[in-house]
Amino acid sequence: MSSSDLNGLYQELILDHSRAPYGYGLREPIAAQSHQLNPTCGDEITLQMHRAPDGTIEAVAWEGHGCAISQASASLFAELVEGMPEDEVIRRIDAFREAMRSRGRIEPDPELLGDATALGGVSKYVARVKCAMLAWVAAEDALRKG
Amino acid sequence: MHNTASIVDTLTEAEVLRLREDFPILQTEVNGHPLVYLDSGATAQRPLAVLDAERDYLLNLNAAVHRGAHTLAAEATDAFEDARETLARFVGADADEIVWTSNATEAVNLVAYSLSNASAGRGGAEADRLRLAEGDEIVTTEMEHHANLIPWQELAARTGATLRVIPLDDEGALRMEEAARLIGPRTRIVAVTHVSNVLGVVNPIEDVIALAREVGAMVLLDACQSAPHLPLDLHALDVDFAVLSGHKMLGPTGIGALYGRRELLEAMPPFLTGGSMITTVTTTEAAYLPPPQRFEAGTQRVSQAIALAAAVRYLERVGMPRIAAHEAELGSRLVDGLAAIDGVRVLGSGIARPRVGLASFDVAGIHAHDVGQILDDEGIAVRVGHHCAQPLHRRLGITASTRASTYLYTTRDEVDAVIAGVARAIDFFRRR
Repeated sequence: MSSSDLNGLYQELILDHSRAPYGYGLREPIAAQSHQLNPTCGDEITLQMHRAPDGTIEAVAWEGHGCAISQASASLFAELVEGMPEDEVIRRIDAFREAMRSRGRIEPDPELLGDATALGGVSKYVARVKCAMLAWVAAEDALRKG
Repeated sequence: MHNTASIVDTLTEAEVLRLREDFPILQTEVNGHPLVYLDSGATAQRPLAVLDAERDYLLNLNAAVHRGAHTLAAEATDAFEDARETLARFVGADADEIVWTSNATEAVNLVAYSLSNASAGRGGAEADRLRLAEGDEIVTTEMEHHANLIPWQELAARTGATLRVIPLDDEGALRMEEAARLIGPRTRIVAVTHVSNVLGVVNPIEDVIALAREVGAMVLLDACQSAPHLPLDLHALDVDFAVLSGHKMLGPTGIGALYGRRELLEAMPPFLTGGSMITTVTTTEAAYLPPPQRFEAGTQRVSQAIALAAAVRYLERVGMPRIAAHEAELGSRLVDGLAAIDGVRVLGSGIARPRVGLASFDVAGIHAHDVGQILDDEGIAVRVGHHCAQPLHRRLGITASTRASTYLYTTRDEVDAVIAGVARAIDFFRRR
């Protein structure tokens, strides 16, 4: 790896999101919620999916601590899926997971993932994929729980 | 023992460079940079002598030990028992007090489950004094590796005993006045680490042992981070149990050991049961061999034990007092260099105790994973995370830290490289 890879991993947008995360702070009433933990590093997230009466995701609210990648990823996810119907959210989570697990072979689709494509560089760093996935896994779990 | 560092010559730069030739992995490149391996606290690299010993055994002597009567089996058994003798001598114990285990975690569990089995009535009258019940207390500390904490939580839950935990001060040091208060007539066993795997600080274990002796409690010492780095004399320390990890002291993975005071091992019921640990077996019951075989059920890790003995001989050739002096120097250099960087907090740096070559640190505003990533990009291998010590990190108000740890093959330049690397990591995240 070279520092150009590092700059790819820690893009400006990622650092911005990690410093000023979107959707940070849990809300009442409690919505569909999931707590996820990465036991190898201790990173944690609690994420809520707030639904509008029509079933779309009105807001994502979350709290947690972890590395720049995990914090930025939660922020980018919250921004991306706001206002989306649930099946669209699932489609995006699946697309993100596929890109993350590709070891750099699959570029994230900007049509589906918007600014979250900035996390594409993570997929080359196998040890960091879990960091990027944490919020997305929490969202999937929250939706599954209803 | 801690004073040895100041009265013994440290390793010269030339000696360290010569030693490094025995570790081919240290000549490799990672991410386009020469590897700077500063994760020996997690696992040490192995010298050729250790790899050769394992290969030689497999090429020339491999056979099942303590069973079978053919020549090879007898020779393999001799080599296996010779390895036990070698390790025993290295840690100041007798050979029959050393039980081979898969790792140090299994060694702690062996003690915990044996006490548990005694508490359930196993082991007969001899094991009576090992029984735990409601009202008894087990004492451990807030700085332990999870391997020296969770087995005691489980033992307490199974027996009704209470687990008491010696707290830490704001720096992370054991609060000895609390230890004196917690260790009392109800205390049955005190489990404490010799050297913290996060702080690198040598604990005042002589004082903890003295407190336990006063009340007749047993002491289990976690020597995983001390045996590889400091001269160790378990008989002189007067502990009842100690646990050792092979791969942290130049040996293979898959092998560790339990030291147990002879009369305690003799009274203890077995943990794992099966082949090779019995005298007479009927379909309804079995009688057991004396220790250490009583605790070595099933096929043993023979080539690993033999390789670990080769590791011990390698350490002895270099000399543990000189290794300790070398690492004390590297440890100070590491702590001083890191602490001088703005925004870096070295955990436990304010503790006035001897230390080994290990330091964990927190960088304000930058997560350990991100620090580690920048270092890795430069070929510098460090550990990031909670290092299996969540309670310690929680006490210090953090969830993760970055840890650099040295060994006999670590150079001053490598210590300087990680210090410079941390400064660069801060620059990388702050300037943008």
